[in-house]
Amino acid sequence: MDFFLNDKFGQMLLVIIAFAALIAVLLAIAWAADKWVGKGRRWAALAVFGGPALLLLVVGLIYPAIRTFYMSFYDAGTNNAVGLQNYIFTVTNTGAVIAFRNTFIWVFLVPIASTLIGLIYAILIDRSRLEKLAKSLLFLPVAISFVGAGIIWKFVYEYRGAAQEQIGLLNAFITWLGFEPVRFLQDAPWNTLFLIAVMIWIQAGFAMVILSAAIKAVPTDIIEAARLDGVNSWEMFRNITVPSIRPSLVVVLTTISIATLKIFDITRTMTGARFDTQVLANQMYDYSFVFGDNGVGSAMAVVIFILVIPLVAFNIRQMAKNRSVRG
Amino acid sequence: MRTTARRTGAAVAGGLAFALALTACSGSDLGGGGGDGDEGGGDAACEDYADYGTFEGDEVTILSSIREQEADQMEDTFVDFEECTGIDVVHNGIGEFETQVVVQAEGGNAPNLAIIPQPGLLARLVNDGYIVEPSEQTVTNAQEGWTEEWLNYGTVDGTFYAAPLMASVKSFVWYSPTAFAENGYEVPTTWDELIALSDQIVADHGADGVVKPWCAGIESGGATGWPATDFIEDMVLREAGPEVYDQWVTHEIPFNDPQIYAATERAGSILRNEDYVNGGIGDSRSIATTSFNDGGLPILDGNCFMYRMASFYEAQWPEGTDVSPEGDAFAFYLPGDDADSKPLLTAGEFVGAFDDNEATQAVQAFMSSGEWANLRVTIGGVTSANNAVDPANASSDVLRLAIELLQDPDAVTRFDGSDLMPSAVGAGSFWTGMTEWIDGADTQTVLDQIEASWPAS
Repeated sequence: MDFFLNDKFGQMLLVIIAFAALIAVLLAIAWAADKWVGKGRRWAALAVFGGPALLLLVVGLIYPAIRTFYMSFYDAGTNNAVGLQNYIFTVTNTGAVIAFRNTFIWVFLVPIASTLIGLIYAILIDRSRLEKLAKSLLFLPVAISFVGAGIIWKFVYEYRGAAQEQIGLLNAFITWLGFEPVRFLQDAPWNTLFLIAVMIWIQAGFAMVILSAAIKAVPTDIIEAARLDGVNSWEMFRNITVPSIRPSLVVVLTTISIATLKIFDITRTMTGARFDTQVLANQMYDYSFVFGDNGVGSAMAVVIFILVIPLVAFNIRQMAKNRSVRG
Repeated sequence: MRTTARRTGAAVAGGLAFALALTACSGSDLGGGGGDGDEGGGDAACEDYADYGTFEGDEVTILSSIREQEADQMEDTFVDFEECTGIDVVHNGIGEFETQVVVQAEGGNAPNLAIIPQPGLLARLVNDGYIVEPSEQTVTNAQEGWTEEWLNYGTVDGTFYAAPLMASVKSFVWYSPTAFAENGYEVPTTWDELIALSDQIVADHGADGVVKPWCAGIESGGATGWPATDFIEDMVLREAGPEVYDQWVTHEIPFNDPQIYAATERAGSILRNEDYVNGGIGDSRSIATTSFNDGGLPILDGNCFMYRMASFYEAQWPEGTDVSPEGDAFAFYLPGDDADSKPLLTAGEFVGAFDDNEATQAVQAFMSSGEWANLRVTIGGVTSANNAVDPANASSDVLRLAIELLQDPDAVTRFDGSDLMPSAVGAGSFWTGMTEWIDGADTQTVLDQIEASWPAS
């Protein structure tokens, strides 16, 4: 027994055995539910297959959501009710305008730019000889964490005074051309755009992969028919490709929008949200965990949640539509 | 049949990944205990530990922000203690300690002990009802080892909760003794001499705009700005004195008081002086985007001569740097207005207990003792203001100097002010405000903003 409790490998083995046992029990119950005969069969199957998922959903999502909503009406330590005060603070504090403005710029630019770049790239490399290599190149950044990407780009944007030796890639290039070095991360409002570039760098690969697959799924008979009608490349893109992949385009756009609305890591790593680069999610983290004000932090979380709802709803509706089209 | 087989395979693979993730998490909890006994554990003189009592298989968990080598060094101090008392001391060092300790306490999952680096955080944990009072022995130990002032930082609303553990000196200026010797510069002992030296360096080296007397950097990710708050606190101690400093930290005077304004301007006479900063990197605004880890390194290239940073900066010098009074890098005390007054900005850590189990109390008492402080300082890398510590035990010249300053009866020591202020200010508007200030914002506007953000209650 000592081996299982005190040795790291033993502990791992113990956990694996426990997990395998759990899976076995679950499978046995599912098998039993499957064998059930009679009126309750439908309900038994529902409970066995849907129950665990529902339970996890309640524990991991629904309860925290309700608790956050509850806490947003209380003070810093969740002791006294303060009514709507936290919400009023969320939209009126000195940093609020900047956080809302920047989040809006992020959510506006990132999905559009990423999708456009991904789409153009996907069309350009489609059926070319080096397609796989070209695809992997653009897809690489998707595998890098936001914090990692932030650190990489911080070096690219690094600033040194004009009299100094430049160690940042971009400024080395700019001074080599004979211009003054640029403070990429320090001069508002442009610094937000330079942070956004990092997010686009990450997301364009994601958009490209999905859209490339969609383009390949366009039926060849439509394309051939169009060719026979003598359309040029632009007309083919405008009238055939884009309408055919429209559902995928919408899903990519909304998915990236939702990810962007939650953007937090890039600003935190690259500027610490200083120099007017604050965004909503980072502000929420600051208030909840750094300043210790659970009330304001929760209110900000609720506001972000409300902002995400239309995007999610649109996304789900679009996916449902796709399904009904496909039959 | 084939799909079923594949699904089972996927479930098992998923299960494995999940199990691996679980063990990866639990490994740090279970495997972190006090070393393997190579620190002379076998021949421990157990009579030294007899007072703590003997326990059979009790486990005491400690949560802290101390990690990697420093964590190993700290865990080594428990080897003999564990052997003689039978307590298994499990230390768990994590990043984001400040947020995690609150989350764990609120979640009913608190450790037995926590090493808390901020009195403000200690007060928050006490007020939320998580920290319990220490045993009589801890109180006695703390009173024997530490000055009244240090005990005060572990006291909340008149009740003593947490004994100081380690201390560091923040009022240090790093410089290169070899570069000073080559140029015939002397280590300044008063503020006026410091400014005169800065002007001298500008006259000698300032022509091309690369070499400047001072280096600075305040970037620190989400905590960007804290080195600047330390600079301001040092200036408040010099410009307005310790009494005003106390009033400022406790908000008896407003944050934008004229005396604080004057102190900020004095910091600005260095940090916002284009002739003085930022050697090897750029202008004054570049301080805001230079990380504090890299801030002092241009000293080694001769691009700047001085860098105000705490004693722990010793760890930042690249491997092979000779850190000694005649070497490539060393520190002098950031002077006061005259050579006799020695205002000293300090920081430290405090051990708070989340329960009153006997084993927890025994470990807490051990950590508050002079024996522990000496043991820890001897192992190296840290300093302590415990007056039982012999400076000769320090592992380096800088740390010896720091311990001597900490124990100097003439020194007027004050704890890092931003750590004492409410976190909305101390970890919030003070940091952001100082970053904006370095970035060029008007001093009065910044101070007014910070004052406005002070929590009402």
